[in-house]
Amino acid sequence: MPSVTFRVFRGDQTGGELKDYTVEVQEGMVVLDVIHKIQAEQAPDLACRWNCKAGKCGSCGAEVNGKPTLMCMTRLDTIDTSKPVTVRPMKTFPVIRDLVTDVKWNYEVNKKIKPFTPAPDTNWIMYQEDVDRVQEFRKCIECFLCQNVCHVLREHNEKTGFIGPRFLVRTASLEMHPLDVENRLDMLKNEGGIGYCNITKCCTEVCPEHIRITDNAIIPLKERVVDEYYDPVMAFFRRLFASKKRPETAGTAADD
Amino acid sequence: MSTKPVTGTESRQTERQDNWWIEPLFTVLSLGLFGIYALWVAWNRQHFEYGPYLSPFYSIPLPGVHAKDLEWLPISPAFLVLWIPLGFRATCYYYRKAYYRAFFWDPPACAVPELRRAYRGERAFPFVLNNLHRYFWYLSVPVVAFLWYDAIRAFFFEDGFGVGVGSLIMLGNVILLSYYTFSCHAWRHLAGGCLNCFSKHKTRYTLWQRITRINEGHGFWAVISMLSVWFTDVYIRLCSMGTITDIRLF
Ligand code: SF4
Ligand code: SF4
Ligand code: FES
Ligand code: FES
Repeated sequence: MPSVTFRVFRGDQTGGELKDYTVEVQEGMVVLDVIHKIQAEQAPDLACRWNCKAGKCGSCGAEVNGKPTLMCMTRLDTIDTSKPVTVRPMKTFPVIRDLVTDVKWNYEVNKKIKPFTPAPDTNWIMYQEDVDRVQEFRKCIECFLCQNVCHVLREHNEKTGFIGPRFLVRTASLEMHPLDVENRLDMLKNEGGIGYCNITKCCTEVCPEHIRITDNAIIPLKERVVDEYYDPVMAFFRRLFASKKRPETAGTAADD
Repeated sequence: MSTKPVTGTESRQTERQDNWWIEPLFTVLSLGLFGIYALWVAWNRQHFEYGPYLSPFYSIPLPGVHAKDLEWLPISPAFLVLWIPLGFRATCYYYRKAYYRAFFWDPPACAVPELRRAYRGERAFPFVLNNLHRYFWYLSVPVVAFLWYDAIRAFFFEDGFGVGVGSLIMLGNVILLSYYTFSCHAWRHLAGGCLNCFSKHKTRYTLWQRITRINEGHGFWAVISMLSVWFTDVYIRLCSMGTITDIRLF
């Protein structure tokens, strides 16, 4: 069995260091297996968060050789094991211990988004074509890898004025919902800070659920914000016809 | 057991081991060279025509107006049209990604540190103007329509209908430009993306689905159509200069 060196972050908020562990690896192993092996054989106090080992609980996010990824979905044969492999916690969130970070900021941000709001007398029949788009967004497992990689949060620490890609996805799933009548464009433009996103697509690159975050959620939301705030012609026609803010928001499902 | 401190220099470097710098390098080179070439072509004012072929840089989107009738203009007629595709591409979501990454390092690649601390994104001048992208799309549609007209004219030689290598190049170019223009995110939104209830708007839903299909490759169409504009101009220029001979297929 070949041995591979793993350089794993050990420490907490006060600082820490990368420690080398040499592990015998087998075919088919993923990075999370290695972490468990280190826990079992060399460092029983090594902290890591995991739950499903199937890429579905979203708890094992870390940075393997500098790339944000789910440890349980990163097979060793996809990385160069001839050199030491670095495993660090997600950089954007405060470290609790070793590979475990404190992601509670995300749950606070979530509260800024107005929840699903149907019209009072909603007819609950929906057509598949109306929900296809939002179903993609429902695949999110809240691993927060997109939040971690987004340079607005990671590099500029803009955690007050920007909600981050995960919550832009959630907002899209509500804004595009055929039965929702709430308007979240003001939130998006202001405290949501959608203008901070410069569509550089790192969120899409890391999403383990392959949600096309930028193309299907953020850019369409940006276009809706343009409709409302940056398009004088559209604003003129809106005023001319004195229609509702969002004429296409349906109070009931289609019944034709 | 070796150790390495976590604080200090660590935040200014990346641990990515792959060649993340190739993509921004390609962008800088391709956009930079294309920009220089486009400016040179516009200043040059020569060799933009050969037989029925017309360089896309000199396709004036006004009915009945041909670039060669505008010799009297103090500036090159190319500038009458160039600002439209330039503005269209500069505000395009794909190119925005490309230049923010490659020219501004915001970020140069994913999980790679940036150079500058101050960042306002698309919330403030100048990049807030990128929100006007759809207006450039409106302007680009007639430009593409005129390029179709030019491409069809490229099949009509002095002795009547025919097919030259140049005709096919011009046709290929306008097909690629159409894919680029009609896979635009702003168009995708206007055509149907702004709706929440597709089942009530079947036609727009079908249109949106078609746009979505080609929109998935929008970045590809953006790059390939830029290269094809360059190649079409080079071909016509070399024919006009007599460096190469256009082959008439029939
Ligand atoms: S595309 Fe926008 S939200 Fe996604 S990582 Fe880049 S800046 Fe962040
Ligand atoms: S959108 Fe993707 S990357 Fe972001 S939290 Fe959800 S699953 Fe993770
Ligand atoms: S352990 Fe559940 S996603 Fe990795
Ligand atoms: S998004 Fe690229 S042309 Fe509109």
